[in-house]
Amino acid sequence: MKTVSLTIDGKAIKAPEGQKVLWAALDNGIYIPNLCAIRKASEPYAGCRLCFVEIEGRNGPVTSCTEPVAEGMVVNTQGPRSRRLARTALELLLASHPVDCAHCAKNRSCELQKLCSLLGVKLNTRRFRKLVHNLPIDSSCPNFTYNPNKCVLCSRCVWTCRERYGVGVLGFAHRGFDRVVTTFEDKPIAESGCRVCDECIEVCPVGALVFKDGRKGTPGCAEVKSKTATS
Amino acid sequence: MTVIASQDIASTFQNIRDHALSRWQELWDGSKPIIMVSAATCGRSAGALEVLEAVKDELSRGQQDVQVMEVGCMGHCYAEPLVIIKKPGNPTVVYGYITPEKARRLVKDYIQGEDISPEFALGALEENELIPSIYDLPRFKHEKYILLENIGRIDPEDIDQYIAKGGYEALANALQMQPEDIIEEVRKSGLRGRGGAGFSTAQKWEVCRSSPGKIKYLICNADEGDPGAFMDRAILESDPHSVIEGMLIAAYTIGARHGYIYVRAEYPLAVHRAEIALEQAEGLGLLGKNILGSSFSFDIKPFQGSGAFVCGEETALIASLEGKPGLPHHRPPFPATSGLNGKPTVINNVKTLAYVPPIIRNGADWFASIGTEKSKGTAVFALAGKVVNTGLTEVPMGTTLRQIIFDVGGGIPKGRRFKAVQIGGPSGGCLPESALDMPIDFDSLKEVGAMMGSGGMVVLDEDDCMVEVARYFLEFTQRESCGKCTMCRLGTRQMLSMLEDFTCGRGQMQDLETLKELAEDVRIGSLCGLGRTSPNPVLTTMRYFRDEYKAHIEEKRCPALMCHDLIAYYILPEKCERSCDACVGTCTVEAISSNKQRVKVIDQAKCVKCGTCLTACPLQYNAVIKLSPPDKVPAAKG
Ligand SMILES: Cc1cc2nc3c(=O)[nH]c(=O)nc-3n(C[C@H](O)[C@H](O)[C@H](O)COP(=O)(O)O)c2cc1C
Ligand code: SF4
Ligand code: SF4
Ligand code: FES
Repeated sequence: MKTVSLTIDGKAIKAPEGQKVLWAALDNGIYIPNLCAIRKASEPYAGCRLCFVEIEGRNGPVTSCTEPVAEGMVVNTQGPRSRRLARTALELLLASHPVDCAHCAKNRSCELQKLCSLLGVKLNTRRFRKLVHNLPIDSSCPNFTYNPNKCVLCSRCVWTCRERYGVGVLGFAHRGFDRVVTTFEDKPIAESGCRVCDECIEVCPVGALVFKDGRKGTPGCAEVKSKTATS
Repeated sequence: MTVIASQDIASTFQNIRDHALSRWQELWDGSKPIIMVSAATCGRSAGALEVLEAVKDELSRGQQDVQVMEVGCMGHCYAEPLVIIKKPGNPTVVYGYITPEKARRLVKDYIQGEDISPEFALGALEENELIPSIYDLPRFKHEKYILLENIGRIDPEDIDQYIAKGGYEALANALQMQPEDIIEEVRKSGLRGRGGAGFSTAQKWEVCRSSPGKIKYLICNADEGDPGAFMDRAILESDPHSVIEGMLIAAYTIGARHGYIYVRAEYPLAVHRAEIALEQAEGLGLLGKNILGSSFSFDIKPFQGSGAFVCGEETALIASLEGKPGLPHHRPPFPATSGLNGKPTVINNVKTLAYVPPIIRNGADWFASIGTEKSKGTAVFALAGKVVNTGLTEVPMGTTLRQIIFDVGGGIPKGRRFKAVQIGGPSGGCLPESALDMPIDFDSLKEVGAMMGSGGMVVLDEDDCMVEVARYFLEFTQRESCGKCTMCRLGTRQMLSMLEDFTCGRGQMQDLETLKELAEDVRIGSLCGLGRTSPNPVLTTMRYFRDEYKAHIEEKRCPALMCHDLIAYYILPEKCERSCDACVGTCTVEAISSNKQRVKVIDQAKCVKCGTCLTACPLQYNAVIKLSPPDKVPAAKG
């Protein structure tokens, strides 16, 4: 495969042509905030709005999960403008997240916590108003619970579930602020054909989908477990 | 696609046109009077169908042979229902504000009698001695009709009338041209997309045409989700063939075999008219296989969208056409390289496509001679709000807001003062008086923080609160956000919540700073245009009307006396007429009582601020007023 040379944060990097900047950076030990990127997915979801970087010659910050590498490209992952956007996106997520880490199964392996320390944002940030949902928690499956109030709508579980079984048990419903990951007709997951493969729990970056026995999912799950990892 | 048998195309079309022309002449220059009723959706909601019924009923009582025609929207929505009468030997006259009774009188007095009824006339379409010409109205000094040319003048359900007016001639010409030459012609015309962003149409076509692959698609975007905009609907309902012809030329140019008209499901009449038009075009060999005997084949299917605002965004629209949830995705890839089913797809707005036939017919130079340096042609606006003549208007790019609002629109009703104009709907901006003399085009609007958008133009006067206006539009966008991306889903919600607090008097000055920062981030950081343009109403009102925001926050005062929580109703004792009780009985919560001097007093604790008393108080007393902040109400004595 053809490779291109580029620079990320001053580091010279070679990456396969067509690869997105986000993966090129991650593969070279440079972390860019991200929640919704799925390496195997054919199209970037581009929903979390955390992975902004600045690229020389561009007007404004771009999302690195959608931006293909290019020969001679110069990328800055820590520019003030991209960092400002990432912080705002994170603070928006936190403002609509019931932050209760002490009682959360995801404590210490939660991506939100990691992003907070990286971006210098307080978990209980007060910049925005607290606007949380109060939806019922689904404990219908024997080994995991789903708390939609903690979901950041990254789409990873939905993608994973659909990828594995064709027709997904999990999907999105409603629009705007009410958008939610749920099952067909809002039935409990256990009654919706869930085969308890546990993969969605593995990929959930936050405490929305967690094992009942306290087992941790895969931390830093940007890779999303995949049998045949491609670019 | 090779150009074959030019003469064949030309002569095939000539036959079609001859037939159409002779039918038109028979109709228009014949001895029968013609009564046209403007019955597009806007006319119908004003009662056009009842008028049509009355006309037919009254005619059925007489013996006369009269041609009755349903035509589309003439743009003069303020004067709907409209009736146009052409009586042989007399000028063609447009009558406005027609009720069924007036329609009967017109039939009796004018069709059956000789009274041309000037009292109902808006004006005549030709110079004459009896009725002043409609073109003497001040609006026609500024208006220039390209898209609205046929609208309200022809029967949209009769293809021959469109053809008689020059329709499909551009198609016949185009089919004898090389696609590259058509692109060149469109490029020279300077045509930019009317779907909002003003992207070069030629460039879009060129990219799609030169993208690899045999299968290409053309989509006409008639989603028109912007509340208050209805020009695309009016064009489809009143002159559907102009859009179809534009689609045909575009499809021929890019090499598309299949096309779709994506119409919102709330536009049943537009869908119906489009279907009839498609059928008639196909019947004449202007659509379908081997069009006009050429090797070019193209079909068009109407598709009814779900009506979500975001489905007007091109990537969401395509997803919805593919049967998937109507969610936007990141661009690039742009549809022109990878669109419907992953194939190169041109998606153009209704108006963009409808400009194409006149451009081909009259030449690029003609089109480029209208408008400003970078925005060619005309702009169509739907005037609404606090303006006398609501309705559609078409003016050259570069016309000023003052000319549109005051000359075309007839100014602000009831002698109120102009305050602002919101252009481009929820994605657009709110411009103050100082912008009135700015020639408007794609670029000038962008510079001042607004955008052409779909062309909605809402005029606001001194009684409109700018904070409330921003809140209103943001409530719309946050409701219509698809929720896919964080910035828009949560950002618009947070902005809305701050604006709600301002209008309720709960805001803090520091919120203003947070709001501005967040608005900037949502503008840059959202995935699609819905999120990216959603802060425009907030940013422009904050920029041009900062004092109003400050008044709401620091003084809990709404200067326009509009925000419910920040006002109180008060009866001025010196103005209250003691012998009058008009307000007392109208108050549904019995908050008004008479004091010892029989002066009426509102019990603020009971008052629900419905405003009934203000309306009830007779004009000559005018004793009920609104006060803001509410604590300005003097303490009740005794
Ligand atoms: C939220 C949103 C809604 C839109 N709605 C419409 C619409 O109703 N009609 C339209 O023609 N374009 C709409 N657009 C613009 C389209 O994405 C696209 O740019 C346009 O159809 C291209 O046509 P044009 O090149 O002729 O302007 C919308 C864009 C956004 C972001
Ligand atoms: S439940 Fe978890 S994995 Fe699924 S969308 Fe929400 S945050 Fe993402
Ligand atoms: S900007 Fe709004 S409408 Fe567009 S993708 Fe994001 S959430 Fe959806
Ligand atoms: S938007 Fe790029 S990782 Fe989520």
